[in-house]
Amino acid sequence: MEARQLLKALSEAAGVSGFEHGLHPKLQEAFGPWVDDMRIDALGNFIAKKTGPGSPPRPSVMLAAHLDEIGMMVTKIDERGFLRFTRVGGVDQRILPGLEVMVHGRQALPGIIGTKPPHLLAPGEAAKAMKWEDLFIDVGLGADPAQEVVAVGDLVTFARPYTELANGLQSGKAMDDRCGVVAMLICLEWLKRMHFAADVYLVATAQEEIGGKGAIVSTYGLVPDVGLAIDVGHGDSPGVSEDHTFPLDKGPVLGVGPNIHPKVHGLLQKAAKDAGVSVGTEVLPGSSGTDAWLMQVSRDGVPTGIVSIPLRYMHTSVETLSFADVERAGKLLAFFVAAVDGPFVEGLTWS
Amino acid sequence: MKELIRELTQAFGPSGSEAPVRETIDTLIRPLVKEVRTDALGNLIAFRPGTGSGKRVMLAAHMDEIGVIVTAIDDKGFLRFSNIGGVNALALIGTRVVFAGGAAGVIGSEPVDELKDLKLEKLFIDVGASSRAAAEKQVGIGDMAAFHGPFQDLGDRVVAKAMDDRIGCAILVQALRELQDSPHHLIAVFTVQEEVGLRGARTSAYGAEPDVGIALDVTRVGDTPKSRTMEVSMGKGAAIKVKDASLICHVGLRRHLVEVAKAHQIPYQLEVLERGGTDASSIQMARSGVPAGVISIPSRYIHTPSEMVDMADVRSCVQLVVKTLEGPIDL
Amino acid sequence: MVLKRLSEAAGVSGQEQEVRAIIRAELEGAVHSLEGDTLGNLIAVRNPHAPGPRVMLAAHMDEVGFMISGYERSGMLKFRKVGGIDDRVLVSKGVRIGKDRIPGVIGAKPIHLQEARERETPLRTDQLFIDIGAKSKEEAEKKVALGEFAVFDTAYAEFGAGLVKGKALDDRIGCAVLISLLKEEINLPVYGCFTVQEEVGLRGAAVAAYRVNPQLGIAIEGTICADLPGIDEEFRVTSLGQGPALSIADGGTLPNRAMVNELVRLAQAHQVPFQFRRGTAGANDAGRIHLTREGVPTAGVSVPCRYIHGPASVASLDDFRHTVRLLTLFLKSIEGGFRP
Repeated sequence: MEARQLLKALSEAAGVSGFEHGLHPKLQEAFGPWVDDMRIDALGNFIAKKTGPGSPPRPSVMLAAHLDEIGMMVTKIDERGFLRFTRVGGVDQRILPGLEVMVHGRQALPGIIGTKPPHLLAPGEAAKAMKWEDLFIDVGLGADPAQEVVAVGDLVTFARPYTELANGLQSGKAMDDRCGVVAMLICLEWLKRMHFAADVYLVATAQEEIGGKGAIVSTYGLVPDVGLAIDVGHGDSPGVSEDHTFPLDKGPVLGVGPNIHPKVHGLLQKAAKDAGVSVGTEVLPGSSGTDAWLMQVSRDGVPTGIVSIPLRYMHTSVETLSFADVERAGKLLAFFVAAVDGPFVEGLTWS
Repeated sequence: MKELIRELTQAFGPSGSEAPVRETIDTLIRPLVKEVRTDALGNLIAFRPGTGSGKRVMLAAHMDEIGVIVTAIDDKGFLRFSNIGGVNALALIGTRVVFAGGAAGVIGSEPVDELKDLKLEKLFIDVGASSRAAAEKQVGIGDMAAFHGPFQDLGDRVVAKAMDDRIGCAILVQALRELQDSPHHLIAVFTVQEEVGLRGARTSAYGAEPDVGIALDVTRVGDTPKSRTMEVSMGKGAAIKVKDASLICHVGLRRHLVEVAKAHQIPYQLEVLERGGTDASSIQMARSGVPAGVISIPSRYIHTPSEMVDMADVRSCVQLVVKTLEGPIDL
Repeated sequence: MVLKRLSEAAGVSGQEQEVRAIIRAELEGAVHSLEGDTLGNLIAVRNPHAPGPRVMLAAHMDEVGFMISGYERSGMLKFRKVGGIDDRVLVSKGVRIGKDRIPGVIGAKPIHLQEARERETPLRTDQLFIDIGAKSKEEAEKKVALGEFAVFDTAYAEFGAGLVKGKALDDRIGCAVLISLLKEEINLPVYGCFTVQEEVGLRGAAVAAYRVNPQLGIAIEGTICADLPGIDEEFRVTSLGQGPALSIADGGTLPNRAMVNELVRLAQAHQVPFQFRRGTAGANDAGRIHLTREGVPTAGVSVPCRYIHGPASVASLDDFRHTVRLLTLFLKSIEGGFRP
């Protein structure tokens, strides 16, 4: 599957944290031709391995981009068939009123997050954000037929077709962080044509949005010499401080701060230069909020770096990015992998 | 079984001070298993080999309960304290607490104008001492106390302190008693320090290296007046957890538990809990990851001295544990 | 004195090189080996083959501070905090930026130009800037790279009655205690771990403990001291001059009871003053050590420090000495083994 098609397919498919298995066949199809081994672990991580060409011991690099998306879960089916629900991951309830959703019951069921008609609002009511307990999903069914299809614990995702905007911008749900997964595929395509020494683990991690759980267990199992998280960063948009956002279509962004090993950052900068990819710098004074935060403290420590793809409107159903940035990120990853060798890995231990 | 619940709930065991509970359970289970040991944090770990080539199954129920810890003693003999686990200041006024050594006290409050100002710092424990010296004869800084909450039999339902999670311990003990043959290698862990962050399960699961983990713990219900929207009700059976704030249960394991319940006509209900966490989350994260799930006991008034469960639900939970362990677990 | 050099060294979380170099120089030759890892922890090993429990002693090298996050057109630097700092302590302080120690000041609008009401609201970090004297954005960019770290500019000094003041006593005073302990004659396998990234989530201790795989752990901290005006006696978590503070419980750890009891017994038997840490707020490296692998009995022993996470903290030299003494007694007492 071609990279852009994969992004569209992943964006439109459902894979809320803890329920990523529906996406695994798509990854197996897309990654299969490029790697030597693929498996799914107990938490739902998709782990692919491209074996380095040389004889062991080879350095190992773990690339991690998370596969899961935020979403909702049914908590109760009321006496008239309306569904009550809670969030899985960081959903801002203010984006929900009026939103079309897909309820993943015994079969997929379209639904609408209903609202009171504006005519019936009390004075001042519209000035307040709606609360979780006020929200419900209307699937157009009465209690009995709803009970037949939907159960407590069923998942709900945003219903949002993937849309191409002007200038190569792509918009859809779950671009965070399926675009990172696609960047890993692009990396593999580049590596096919390049010399590299390391074993490469490409991990589409599960359950990132609920605490980086997939990264914790997969890193423990893989024990990589170097790890990179490929995630999204905040794209520039109105109302958000310039310091914390990055323009679309100007290339990926490299993090700096406690979560990033300075020499890994250095090699990423060098790789960017060699690849002819422009990059920005993101200052991360504490938790990076990415898989790298957890990878770094696995076992006796893993040197980590962070590559972010600028994304507007994070955690909404209309996440928007420039596909060119995804391609640049993929190329950058390949040049990074190609630059990792034994001496580099040995130099990562501080004296 | 009520007698077992009474005995376990009345044992003293705030997080980090679980020894009395551990000793009680140790005595109860020693005849039922092959080996019992206590680890560095105080988890009680029992092994029972399987009769076939089953899986390594870790079952966990936590021994600890919430409580308070003395931080200061003033000139007049009043104790100041902090919380051990999720203690709500509003639930404390007028309650009695008991220390490991047997000393008892009443929780009083400084005057506050509004209930929202009622923080733990405003409360104190009165142990009936008239001076610092008198108080220090009974308690010291760092001593922990648990709620005084006697066991009461209400018929179909029972109430006591520390039902969270001695009811899980009781179900696990009872399941070990009733279990005939299991193909699985069982590792029954009575964990410590769950209430302060699922800590005992973390280290014990690391050591146990299970193939599957199941926690037994209480959950909230949505059947009291104007309660939060939640489907779980008292008396409607064992709750099979889908999600809580700490984890999404392994989908295959959750479905398997449902299949077992259906096959044996065990009443069950699916549970989505918006707040709270369980040991299953720590088990799930051990080493390279473990499929983990939870069998929950619907409970009312959790984290008060009067936690209530329904005996029919307790029965359903025991059956579900036993039947799950008797059959194959293919995920 | 090593504490002066440690206090004045710059070591914001993730950038602990200067502190590590001082400690390495101090311990070179005095210990069996000095090991580094990829996060920057420094592990000093003594008597690795001695009988007795393998003990991990941890003190963190990192301090709270700042990272430069942007530039104003005027040449002022924007910054973000690393670790927990109260915004209200920032205004009118001096800072030093990067390896070259470029001086800067955090200024504010003069009081004369303020309206009375403005003074009721504290200034937030994002309203403040570091002035290094640059005249333009371009000049500032040339002098200071994006992501460069900065620390408070505070000289260490002895003052008052047996007290010291300096920045970052949390936890450089713990590092100094640990350096002293590693020079004592103790016949145990002791792993002195000078950890990184404590202030951003106890991260160095987690990986150091995994590597060392200890049988007992002790975190040595510079901890909250609240013997201050406006705080009632029963809420003074620790008091200066009353000896090392033993943790009873905090946000990360319920310390091992047997270890705490032994520390109390030794203090009483040898007339070493001590106090309990009379509060449960905060957390330290013990929180990670005790949950390592199959679990590690762990305790926390702290030197009280007033005004931690601020530009200048204060500690008592007597407390420092008594902390070294009590921990030495403890380590010697377990040479023959210990049942936690």
